[in-house]
Amino acid sequence: MDLTVLLVKGIIILVIFGITLLIATYSTYAERKVAAFLQDRLGPNRAGPWGLLQPIADAGKMFFKEDFIPSQASKWLFILGPCLAMLTALMASAVIPFGDSIRFDNYSIPLQAIEINIGVLYIFGVVSLGVYGVMVGGWASNNKFSLLGAIRAASQNISYEIALGLSMIAILMMTGSLSVRAIVDQQASFFEWNIFTQPLGFVIFLTCAFAECNRTPFDLPECETELIGGYHTEYSSMKLGFYLFAEYINMFVSSAFISALYFGGFHYPFMNEVGNALEKSMGAITGHNIATAIGFVVFFGKIFFFIFFFMWVRWTLPRFRYDQLMNLGWKTLIPLSILNVVITGAGLLYNFKYSTWAIVIVMVLMVVVSGARAPKREAIPQQV
Amino acid sequence: MQLTNRSKQVSNKEMTLAEKMYLPAIVGGLAITISHFFRKKPTIQYPEVKKYLGPIYRGHHILKRDEQGRERCTACGLCAVACPAEAISMVAAERKKGEENLYREEKYAAVYEINMLRCIFCGLCEEACPKQAVYLRHDLMVPVFQERDEVIYGKDRLVENMNDRYIRVANSEVQTTPTEPSLTRAAT
Repeated sequence: MDLTVLLVKGIIILVIFGITLLIATYSTYAERKVAAFLQDRLGPNRAGPWGLLQPIADAGKMFFKEDFIPSQASKWLFILGPCLAMLTALMASAVIPFGDSIRFDNYSIPLQAIEINIGVLYIFGVVSLGVYGVMVGGWASNNKFSLLGAIRAASQNISYEIALGLSMIAILMMTGSLSVRAIVDQQASFFEWNIFTQPLGFVIFLTCAFAECNRTPFDLPECETELIGGYHTEYSSMKLGFYLFAEYINMFVSSAFISALYFGGFHYPFMNEVGNALEKSMGAITGHNIATAIGFVVFFGKIFFFIFFFMWVRWTLPRFRYDQLMNLGWKTLIPLSILNVVITGAGLLYNFKYSTWAIVIVMVLMVVVSGARAPKREAIPQQV
Repeated sequence: MQLTNRSKQVSNKEMTLAEKMYLPAIVGGLAITISHFFRKKPTIQYPEVKKYLGPIYRGHHILKRDEQGRERCTACGLCAVACPAEAISMVAAERKKGEENLYREEKYAAVYEINMLRCIFCGLCEEACPKQAVYLRHDLMVPVFQERDEVIYGKDRLVENMNDRYIRVANSEVQTTPTEPSLTRAAT
């Protein structure tokens, strides 16, 4: 690899790093704004125009808070916890392909930090490491509520990772590759987006992604009615900020991952036609780069939609009870995702991609039948 | 006894599959919240936008003058007696010769103080006053204070300014309650 390519690669990595942080920063603002709008309020609007400087004000506040370490806490692990959470959150975005490729001179550089052929495995590995941030922080606090929160987080993440992986396997079977870019490239035409070939897998994956990010309705680790603040009860100042920030980075990464795996990544309908027209009118290199830029923007549109969706769900659904959470994970999502894998495999034997719709159709039929057979709720007249 | 027509009978019947799947209910919930997202917000941006609080709002106290600019207060002390929070105190004095254009009656309040920390803005002083001298303005609030010595308002901050007289009903369509002495321009 010669120096120019290395330089461009370095710039791309830095830009992705910066974008990740920027989006996570403004997700905190967006969260408050979306929450407010969903509740008929206006949200933060005092710091700067429309409150746009709010994240900076929040960060300033965090920095000026007392950085407190409990005397009975395990000091180094207490510091390590938020660092681990932040580190793992930031690492995951490395393998996500944000766009096609940039061309200049004779080079063609993919818009991606690193292209490895085990991208999906890498993400899974890093995401599972994310549990350590929560676990270490909760344990090091030497506080039973923190520990309970951490244990909850660990058990929740481990149980939902299984269903997450199993729903992914169906996609891997269809693509035949673990590279995220290969999965994205395979969804080039609109009706081959995995949302259309794997509808059930998508629902399972989305649910598990919520659980992995510790977002409502699965935010039991920080369930304040039972656990005060969960694993970050004892944290203050920027250490707490890191935990909260890591959550938003995780949200961004999982949104990017969902859009890459199920919504065609940087692909959009009539992409080839647009690309060809641009290359014809502007020359091969400029046209290609502009087409890449459009794809990049489209990809970020998808990511923003999913970040919004995360917030939308947060302010719609109440929190699950712990036994409901475990029942849903182990007794519903895992069997369903195994069934999904089996049906996908059966379909692939006959080169039929849309076989998992069979599950959806059967489920809809079952729902209709059970709704029809259910005893009608009798209206009992109230005593006057 | 039926209190509302929206009450629902509780039932412990087994959930149907659609209910167990959560998904239809989740979609329904998402539709409800997104409809709120686009709804007009009822918020009033308070320091910039102030809502008209009505002609009977009880705000800042004012000691009225009559149409010739003489203070109406005779320091009878009925407002101080009526005050449930004991916020009002005054010192009476006799009018000297040559002060007829300052004070309406022969006795006047040399000192008239209201402790705004004590005042509960009930308006009983206004009702007790036989001379229609003390009123609670509907258009001005007592400002926020930082120091305790800002809290006691003397005559300098209470007596009406003749160049900017207070009129309760600026809008003639808004009527005051009939039991209350009306305070239109003609009555002052």
